Amino acid sequence: MKQKLVVVGNGMAGMRAVEELLKIAPDMYDITVFGDEPYPNYNRIMLSPVLANEQTIDDIILNTREWYAENNITLRTSARVNKIDRKARTVTAEDGTTVPYDRLLLATGSKPFILPIPGADLQGVLGYRDIKDTNDMIEAAKTHKHAVVIGGGLLGLEAANGLKIQGMDVTVVHKNEWLLERQLDKVSGKMLQKSLEARGLTFLLQKDTEQLIAKDGRVVAVRFKDGQEIPADLVVMAVGIRPNYALAASAGIHCNRGIVVNDTMQTYDPRIYAVGECVSHRGMTYGLVAPLFEMAKVCATHLANFGIGLYKGSVTSTKLKVTGIDLFSAGDFMGSDDTEEILLHDAVGGVYKKLVIKDDTIIGAVLYGDTTDGAWYFQLLRDRKPIHEIRDHLMFGQDSLGNTGHQGQDKVSAMTDEMEVCGCNGVCKGTIVKAIQEKGLFTLDDVKKQTKAGSSCGSCTGLVEQILASTLGGGYAPPSSSKAVCGCTDFNHEEVREEIRKHKYLSIPSAMKGMGWKTPNGCATCRPALNYYLISTWPHEAKDDPQSRFINERVHANIQKDGTYSVVPRMYGGVTSPDQLRKIADVADKYKVPMVKVTGGQRIDLLGVKKEDLTNMWADLDMPSGYAYGKSIRTVKTCVGSEFCRFGTQNSTQLGIDIEKAFDHMWAPHKVKFAVSGCPRNCAESGIKDVGVIGVDSGWEIYVGGNGGIKTEVAQFLCKVKTAEEVIEYSGAFIQLYREEARYLDRTVHWIERVGLDYVKKRILEDAEGRKAAYERLLYALQGAVDPWAERVNKRDEHKEFDTITV
Amino acid sequence: MSWTKICPVNDIPALGARVVRHGEIDIGVFRTQDDRVFALNNSCPHKGGPLSQGIVYGDKVACPLHSWKISLVDGKAEEPDVGQTACYAVKVENGDVYLQLNK
Repeated sequence: MKQKLVVVGNGMAGMRAVEELLKIAPDMYDITVFGDEPYPNYNRIMLSPVLANEQTIDDIILNTREWYAENNITLRTSARVNKIDRKARTVTAEDGTTVPYDRLLLATGSKPFILPIPGADLQGVLGYRDIKDTNDMIEAAKTHKHAVVIGGGLLGLEAANGLKIQGMDVTVVHKNEWLLERQLDKVSGKMLQKSLEARGLTFLLQKDTEQLIAKDGRVVAVRFKDGQEIPADLVVMAVGIRPNYALAASAGIHCNRGIVVNDTMQTYDPRIYAVGECVSHRGMTYGLVAPLFEMAKVCATHLANFGIGLYKGSVTSTKLKVTGIDLFSAGDFMGSDDTEEILLHDAVGGVYKKLVIKDDTIIGAVLYGDTTDGAWYFQLLRDRKPIHEIRDHLMFGQDSLGNTGHQGQDKVSAMTDEMEVCGCNGVCKGTIVKAIQEKGLFTLDDVKKQTKAGSSCGSCTGLVEQILASTLGGGYAPPSSSKAVCGCTDFNHEEVREEIRKHKYLSIPSAMKGMGWKTPNGCATCRPALNYYLISTWPHEAKDDPQSRFINERVHANIQKDGTYSVVPRMYGGVTSPDQLRKIADVADKYKVPMVKVTGGQRIDLLGVKKEDLTNMWADLDMPSGYAYGKSIRTVKTCVGSEFCRFGTQNSTQLGIDIEKAFDHMWAPHKVKFAVSGCPRNCAESGIKDVGVIGVDSGWEIYVGGNGGIKTEVAQFLCKVKTAEEVIEYSGAFIQLYREEARYLDRTVHWIERVGLDYVKKRILEDAEGRKAAYERLLYALQGAVDPWAERVNKRDEHKEFDTITV
Repeated sequence: MSWTKICPVNDIPALGARVVRHGEIDIGVFRTQDDRVFALNNSCPHKGGPLSQGIVYGDKVACPLHSWKISLVDGKAEEPDVGQTACYAVKVENGDVYLQLNK
């Protein structure tokens, strides 16, 4: 006999909990869901776009009736539960249905607060909560002219904007001195008012409503305490929501401004759980969708008897879903006597940014007009990241967006629906907005999966995130910077590394077993990462697993779109010889190589080679692999240097060759590129390399963390040293720390961004012993490394994967 | 329907694949961790990527070109992607892999 789970409340929180439960324990319960609305679960936060004619009701349904049927869930709509009998363990609905439960989940949401004033019950007076309210507003707009929205908060402004679009004359009445006082300070509140006034909305601030005046049972006017009266055919009360806990309270469950739950979402009755807006958790209630989803996930693990999740409360951020208006706020944005603030205010340009700082961390932020960096500030806030190192450019944002592929746009609000956001996959802004609204997407990963935007090079991720944030409003929570490696585990990258170190895991199966991987053999995301962490933590001991490497690293060649490969032999420091060139030319002829191309890394690429020709070709070439395919050391780009150049101060070519030989065969979290220039003219482009070296008359300058790809990053100065030997030691130690501490697929710039350049300097410059030890560890890891091409040429029998079986 | 002997199952690495060339057609023959063997047309329904070169996990393979996840069981792409690649009947007998090729 299956246990019976009854869910009271067919809204976003309750259904998300059910979805999470079905994912981890699909057959555990017979589930019955009661909802008092006549609809299946829909996306409540999309009601504003419906009112603004941007969406229809059908578009915003999240779970269709077919979905309930497919999952064997009994759905009772238009059925309000009015009784819980905790002794008999049954719930009873107004229509008389009584259903027994083994476990009960309350997700009764909240209801709009209706001002207790004369006339509040008149015809034409509404809250703004559900589909019915929305439809009533749309209907009223067809026959009536004057709308009054009481409340200048998020919901009130979205309602006002929608009613205006429906053709009504709209006045917003607000008690406070400025709008959105829970999200904005006075300056930004006034800026918002101005832009909404430009759209034709009227505002009456610091007004107390006294009563609603009726004629024939319908509202006709609003009267204020100061005696003023304005015409009103429709009054929308949007002065706040109240958790809906009457049902729970009537059953004797402990409530305090909401149903009180512990960190496992359990109420005082151990058989009864509660999630969503109806809940009071650690004294907090939440009205935004992101915290509700977190609660739902935790609750599901307990309903499934896993007992692992804990909800510890949420920090929330908000945005206003009014098309064309960009505002963002989070945390303590007002500040107080013991906080500092950084401010940027361009009244004419319509941009205002305020960051509130305390004890070297951001504790609050308000952005108006340019919310590009909202998600970044929110992350810094939530992760309590120290900001002293980035303080001087904090206000100018993270600039995390790639430089190319989206027509130079960095603000989503300035883009039209037809403009391309993702240049790799050709996805336009409108397509993304539509997918978010109609498919009910809430996370960046969802959007990437469904639309493909941002799923290739990732350069446009910042834009996609902005679209998501502005489309969802308060529903969007940017991912924490320390998220799980993938869906196969709850461990993040740092924790995985720590576990591998602590327990000395030497193979992928033992690591997965030890860490309780949820899948039998991982996935294409976690296996390559695990493999790298194992071999970088335990060199010469851990087992390198070729099946957990991407094809390029498995066959030591770079796969091309037609399934052929490219072959790039090493040319140390970019220096070649007539003999080498002749050999390459002969091989290109012999194997009819379709294209021979000079690479950006100063060597030669043979493109279009068939897999079964690779081994023979390597044998004929008799040159080492250039690792042009790996998360590994790629090239050391050099300029001519003092040997020939009339400006050269140092022998950059020789140092480049020496570095490339010293670090040859080195695997890393991502590709690693070096450059050595012989003078500050920097012809080898050292400023955009992971390690860039520049010769000066008195020695060498070392720069780190540069990048010339998706997002151009200028390398930062690390130190100056006297000799070439020191360059190799310092840069080797730097790279070894990166190898040991960076997340798989992070370039050096991303790692430095996370740990801070101060930290890197401390480890490399201030700790001479530590530096030498790190350099030694790198040399140890590289000891005895063999050229992978030669190895495969010499041991063909052990590498059958290159041979096709013909039948 | 006749069975064609391909190779010993041990010639296919666990969590790996081999390519079988049958006339003009390349077939990817995959082996899972628990030694089940599957055969698919070696071409991703997305842009024709050689599936045999992908990373195998569970009973899926991730295409090496754009990481579409293809089920080894029925050749179907994992949602939200849509597409299916052809499957071949395959069996293992006495440690040898056999394919049904005359389609």
